[in-house]
Amino acid sequence: MLQAPVLIAVSLLYLGLLFAVAWWGDRRADRGRSLIDSPTIYALSMAVYCTTWTFYGSVGRAAVSGIGFLPVYLGPTLVMALGWFILLKMIRIVKANRITSIADFISSRYGKSHLLGGLVTIIAVVGIVPYIALQLKAVSSTVGLLLSYPDIVMPHRSPTMPVAVDISFYIALILAAFTIVFGTRHLDATERHEGMVAAIALESGVKLVAFIAVGVFVTYGMYDGFGDIFEHLATHPELQRLASAIPSGQGYTGWFSLIVLSALAVLFLPRQFQVAVVENVNESHLRRAAWLFPLYLLLINIFVLPIALGGLMHFSGQGVDADTFVLTLPMSQRQEGLALLVFIGGLSAGTGMVIVETIALSTMVCNDLVMPLLLRHRGLALAESKDLSGLLLGIRRGAIVLILLLGYFYFRLAGEAYALVAIGLISFAAVAQFAPAIIGGMYWRGGTRGGALAGLLAGFVVWGYTLLLPSFAKSGWLPGDFLTQGLFGIDLLRPQQLFGLSGIDEISHCLFWSFLANIGAYVGVSLLRPPMVAEATQATVFVDALQETGPIGAVLWRGRAKVSDLQELVGRFLGPARAEVAFAGYARRHGGRHGDRLEADARLVQFAESLLAGAIGSASARVMVASVAKEEPLSIDEVMHILDEASQLRTYSRELERKSRELTAATLELREANERLQELDRVKDDIMSSVTHELRTPLTSIRAFSELLRDDPKMHLPDRERFLGLIVSETERLTRLINQTLDLAKIESGRADWNACELDLKEVIEQSVAATSQLFREKEAHVALDLPDNLPLILGDRDRLIQVMLNLLSNAAKFLPAGSGRVCVVLRLLADGLQVRVTDNGPGIRPQDQELIFEKFRQVGDTMTAKPAGTGLGLPISRRIVEYLGGRLWVESVPGEGATFLFTLPFAPQHEPAVGQQEQAAQGGRRG
Amino acid sequence: MQRRILGRDRLIATFLAGCVLFNYPLLSVFDRPSEIFDIPMIFAYIFFAWILVIALMAWASEARSG
Repeated sequence: MLQAPVLIAVSLLYLGLLFAVAWWGDRRADRGRSLIDSPTIYALSMAVYCTTWTFYGSVGRAAVSGIGFLPVYLGPTLVMALGWFILLKMIRIVKANRITSIADFISSRYGKSHLLGGLVTIIAVVGIVPYIALQLKAVSSTVGLLLSYPDIVMPHRSPTMPVAVDISFYIALILAAFTIVFGTRHLDATERHEGMVAAIALESGVKLVAFIAVGVFVTYGMYDGFGDIFEHLATHPELQRLASAIPSGQGYTGWFSLIVLSALAVLFLPRQFQVAVVENVNESHLRRAAWLFPLYLLLINIFVLPIALGGLMHFSGQGVDADTFVLTLPMSQRQEGLALLVFIGGLSAGTGMVIVETIALSTMVCNDLVMPLLLRHRGLALAESKDLSGLLLGIRRGAIVLILLLGYFYFRLAGEAYALVAIGLISFAAVAQFAPAIIGGMYWRGGTRGGALAGLLAGFVVWGYTLLLPSFAKSGWLPGDFLTQGLFGIDLLRPQQLFGLSGIDEISHCLFWSFLANIGAYVGVSLLRPPMVAEATQATVFVDALQETGPIGAVLWRGRAKVSDLQELVGRFLGPARAEVAFAGYARRHGGRHGDRLEADARLVQFAESLLAGAIGSASARVMVASVAKEEPLSIDEVMHILDEASQLRTYSRELERKSRELTAATLELREANERLQELDRVKDDIMSSVTHELRTPLTSIRAFSELLRDDPKMHLPDRERFLGLIVSETERLTRLINQTLDLAKIESGRADWNACELDLKEVIEQSVAATSQLFREKEAHVALDLPDNLPLILGDRDRLIQVMLNLLSNAAKFLPAGSGRVCVVLRLLADGLQVRVTDNGPGIRPQDQELIFEKFRQVGDTMTAKPAGTGLGLPISRRIVEYLGGRLWVESVPGEGATFLFTLPFAPQHEPAVGQQEQAAQGGRRG
Repeated sequence: MQRRILGRDRLIATFLAGCVLFNYPLLSVFDRPSEIFDIPMIFAYIFFAWILVIALMAWASEARSG
């Protein structure tokens, strides 16, 4: 199943699936129901970090340097811990200023400079195109490997192969088509591509699954787990150093450098900037993605070393390239399905990187390289044409095709050369040169355009001299003397022992010298002169990005412009229809109904400029807006004055916010207090009305029976006695009710008399049970007691506790079934007191009623059929008493299976169990 | 407000802890030819530290109670 037609069909089907997902994602975005609005998808899209260099290359590097492949993933893990701060700030800046690429970011920060944007674009293209070539190489060489199945033959490219029969050429073209369709569908003012992100997230999922599948197959299928692989290693002494130590060629310095380098790369690689910053849907996703993304990196690395070691042992001496182990190990075991899955995983890793990187680079090339040139040289002609949006899209599409073809031809040219194999880290080192200008720009107001230019240029030159050119020399494209004897034979200029610095690996060497030059020039030149107006303005916009205030740029614009001019200008680049919609939306948000009533104030100019910035980059947008507006230049003093005022305003408004927050809190407290008072009032009224109601019921029946007796003197004696008996029992109930109401009122108001003394709870219970025995006898119920002896004493009021027990027992008696009733009274010792349980086998209490029964006058049950059998005050009083004594009273019940009333009481202070026993022992000792 | 600052401090502390865990000299302590659970010491150590750092990050970002 690994023949060419199957491979092609599967690849095309897979790319078709990606197309479908991307199309669906775009459709959902158009309808406002974003498909990618989830932190997990955001984290998966960040995993575009893992290219074929990870998918196939990690195993290759592990086969040479053991755990030396790991720092490239540890650096991103560390930087993501700070992602919540650095990335958040970048996202805020990008959204506020409609920045669309890393070149635009740097250019915008240092006064919207064309020169800087162009320089960053060139560095990015030079650094990244070989990396794209590497992806094409990986995809095409895996195709070659699979086609030779069932043999395992390292594919050999003939440099003279015609382009027309080269499969990687077609791969490049298909990728260009995909990128064009989803990267440049229309000119968006924010340059976001939801469909593309959805497809990338899917690819990240696929490559992870594929890699783990191979890992599990090798570790648990070919070997018997991790331990087994490392055990087999004992028979291969030459491999043992791979598993045990930091590689000697790299050392701790190299290890550290790689962590730093990858930490910077994960922030500043154009593709990472694109997915993590530009494509961010919701900044709160950052919170979860900050640990999900490192988790992804961890998962994709667990099996790297086992696969590498397994491959080295399995293919020992067969000349199989370690970079292909991920694919060749399943092939050697005749696992065709798994091999196909790996191929798809590798395809995902390669295409994902190429698509995102190409979109990011094409945006840069268009906005920061081509547009400025067009605007400068053909400025007049451009200004005259009505609609340039087509031209802009054309430039971007052209850039995409060009970049991919560049990648393809570099791959053809380089082939197996060292320059291509080592490009991963060389690329990282190139984009790391952006770090000082970006990080400095976000946190330091003093950085200037000159400083950034000097720093970038110096860093780029040193990078090229110490890392890129040596890689050319090692590939045989430059004379080897260059490496060993230095430029012009000057010993001090040897590129990888610059000025005699030796003893560290080439990456650390490059990182040290390039950062020294870069940071040194950036800071040094920045300090030469104070920032100019535009630099100072943008410094404030960037450094204060996390402080929530209005757009600062609007404050710093003074001049005159016409609304129609601005709208026409925006229309030329975005298309007249989109411009119309954007201006109408602005008008709606700012009060006016019609576009023509809009005032061309500083805010509107700012709005138009940011719309343009999304399409053509901030530097070109600035130039274009300046061309239609009459602007009055501000002096640096005025700017600083305005900025100072703005920052003072911010301080005042913060103070104001704090005050208003306090006020809100105070209001809330007042309202709560008021609500409490009203509640208390309502409770009082309720009690009054229920008390009078409860009193009226017995009074009414007493009166009714008395009247019957009075009005019918001839009543028979038995009736007369029955009525009199009822009157007496109702009177008793009335008395009880009044007593209990008074009692409860006393307890609640704290005026009750308490005779607290140490007492034995067992005795209290026995007394109460004896007092109620008549009740149970009437119902023919059985009472079981479980009261252990010698329990510690508790502190309480004997009469009140008897009242509680009588309440619980008579309550139980009330609900017992006639004839078969059982009541169980249990006394237990707990850690901090005693617990009493009174269990009956009555009908039980529904869960929703279990708290209600402790409210005053609440008698649950069917009041329509059953006459309430108590006063409704017994349980509330009992609870008050127990709580007063420091305990707790509650009920546990399953309806239909009876109810258990439980209460706990704490020990008397001197009768904690341990102490009590000691005392007893001491007394016993004296007695003996 | 306090809660946000606490979360921020936890993340920064995690970053610093990670920097120490993943680098010299702590790394060299585990860089020796012995095994733990049949797995080379340094390999086991790095993955353990890695999981720890990720768990701390998850805790710092997700904990709501402050």
